[in-house]
Amino acid sequence: MSDKSDSRRLWGRRKVVRAISALPLGIILASQLSLAAPATTTGQAVTDDTVTVGILHSLTGTMAISETGAQEAEKLAIKQINEMGGILGRQIKVIQEDGASDWPTFAEKSRKLLVNDKVAAVFGCWTSASRKAALPVFEKENGLLYYPTFYEGLEQSKNVIYTGQEATQQILDGLNWVAKEKGAKTFYLIGSDYIWPRTSMKIARKHIENVLGGKVVGEEYKPLGDTQFGSVINKIRLKKPDVIYAAVVGGSNVAWFKQLKAAGITSKKQTLLTISVTEDEVLGIGGENLEGFYSIMKYFQSQDNPNNVAFVKAFKEMWGDDSVIGDVTQAAYLGPWLWKAAVEKAGTFDVDAVVAASEEGDIELTTAPEGYVKLHPNHHLWSKARVGMWKKDGQAEVVYTSELIEPDPFPEGYQ
Amino acid sequence: MGGYSYDELGAIFAMQGFAGISLFSVLLLMALGLAIIFGQMGVINMAHGEFMAAGAYTTYLISSLTETYIPGFMPYYFVFSIVAAFLVAGVLGYLAEFILIRHLYKRPLDTLLATWGLSLIMQQSFRSIFGAREVSPTLPDWLMGSVQPTDMIDIPINGMFVLGLTVFTTLAVFYLMFKSSWGLRVRATTQNRVMSGAVGINTKKIDRYTFALGCGIAGMAGAAFTTIASTGPTTGTLYIVDTFMVVVFGGAASLFGTIASAFSIAQAQSILEFFISGSMAKVFTLLTLVIILMFKPEGLFASKVRR
Repeated sequence: MSDKSDSRRLWGRRKVVRAISALPLGIILASQLSLAAPATTTGQAVTDDTVTVGILHSLTGTMAISETGAQEAEKLAIKQINEMGGILGRQIKVIQEDGASDWPTFAEKSRKLLVNDKVAAVFGCWTSASRKAALPVFEKENGLLYYPTFYEGLEQSKNVIYTGQEATQQILDGLNWVAKEKGAKTFYLIGSDYIWPRTSMKIARKHIENVLGGKVVGEEYKPLGDTQFGSVINKIRLKKPDVIYAAVVGGSNVAWFKQLKAAGITSKKQTLLTISVTEDEVLGIGGENLEGFYSIMKYFQSQDNPNNVAFVKAFKEMWGDDSVIGDVTQAAYLGPWLWKAAVEKAGTFDVDAVVAASEEGDIELTTAPEGYVKLHPNHHLWSKARVGMWKKDGQAEVVYTSELIEPDPFPEGYQ
Repeated sequence: MGGYSYDELGAIFAMQGFAGISLFSVLLLMALGLAIIFGQMGVINMAHGEFMAAGAYTTYLISSLTETYIPGFMPYYFVFSIVAAFLVAGVLGYLAEFILIRHLYKRPLDTLLATWGLSLIMQQSFRSIFGAREVSPTLPDWLMGSVQPTDMIDIPINGMFVLGLTVFTTLAVFYLMFKSSWGLRVRATTQNRVMSGAVGINTKKIDRYTFALGCGIAGMAGAAFTTIASTGPTTGTLYIVDTFMVVVFGGAASLFGTIASAFSIAQAQSILEFFISGSMAKVFTLLTLVIILMFKPEGLFASKVRR
């Protein structure tokens, strides 16, 4: 992992250089901060009254299930910003592309959006695989991507703003909570077999063993899409863990919870904490199969604050009463707002200036549905972790809220 | 095995045994329809998984309709939905054979492409009709939960249900193929198409009904699997690999082979999974399959078809 920390040091140095070079620019721009100021557009699709952005999510293929909500939220935010008068006096126009659940397509469409359409920012990607595929394009063409999903961390690109939680923000507080509240000492880790669950479990194991003084009695990965959990459930029964810690995704997730219930393992007998179930997944799993189990996320639809009440109402007005809002959907909603704040602070749509403004660490949203968030110089958000207990109707009751947690995409001692 | 009493070990042993049998019944139910189509007709039906999804969606549709209009019927709807799934998938299969497949019997590789195209069309239709999100029918309460013969043993009811359905379907297929006069005609057509035609068997009709039957059974399997997993537009693709694996390993033209193959794959998978991790268990199972197929390319039970 030494290459990772090297690259981080490199970023640090580059950031210093950029910050210095941005200084005079900032002074010049500060003097022009009136709304109709002619923006430095450097070839972007910006006219006197419009600015064009891209939305890049999967509308077809397996990931369409998850990504639909994210692009709906982004469109809602953009609509609301336009109703308020747009950004720097310009209305936002959207060009939407379909990533089609195919990672090379994400790279190809990113190039199209940046080179042909010259969009000022892109809101998009969902899986880490799609982000990794699009990343070289964004870095080469100097584009700006707002990425909404909670993910495994270990990444920090100049050209990406991460609006979801990185792994430590999501994992550590949840484990602390379950250790304290449920007196948990032994943990059984189970996940789907790909990068995100494996990285998350690595962090979880270190925290359990080194910080909490607990014991991991089993660690298990199932192939993506696998629907047979009989043997695993028996293994868990044999080990009798205090907590099952789960990161199973996609169709497997549904099979996993249905079979747990069928095997008589319910919340009455067993504590289960998962990092891969949001309101979106519950639609497929069924609230009755999850009742009493816990999810750790930064946002739940049931959160009771004025921002969220307004957000849920606006979302349902735009996308229908049946729609549900999961963690990633809310994080996607933050993207356009964070971009607006950074652009207005920079006074221009120019990517370097917007990134420099974002990296000053003082861009905050007081109107975020999840509550207050602030952008950290490392491109991630300060956010709170929340534990939700699932109810039969598919909504969660928030039983624990942490303090504001600093994002740490390269956690020391956890790699 | 320190720290565990004999009772506990016995209980785990019993439940693990059931997990293996349960996986066996799932694999067999998936493969039966394909074994009929592939084995008896030589058609490689890449859309098999989508016919299963069609059955699953039928169950979902009936579940939502029942919940909305006749909630009192909820405890019983599931049995009817299995019959409906069989009919819907069967009719779809009948149409697919009539429109597409019958023109391609002499070109086996083209059927492969054509049925793959069919699978894409069906996936997109599911997405247009039911949406991209995965859905689950509301299951009747009696299907959820577990039976507890002793304090420590939990046997899942949905597993037993699938097992029962598999046994019933297998027996029905055997009766149909080996005891009925229709089955006699199917087998005659498989062995010698020209001769069968000469003695007055309508081989085209036989083909159409065989294909419809295979698809119908796939639909039933899809309905049964809604108790285990959810249904999305691309659910079928999850099952198709396992299904072909079972049929090919068993020997294409043999129903006994399909059963033996489903049983050995399921036991190997579930026992290995208990001792090593899930992904590695799959690797070892597939490796063993590859090695056996290297020495016995025609599968466990050799094909008796005269070509």
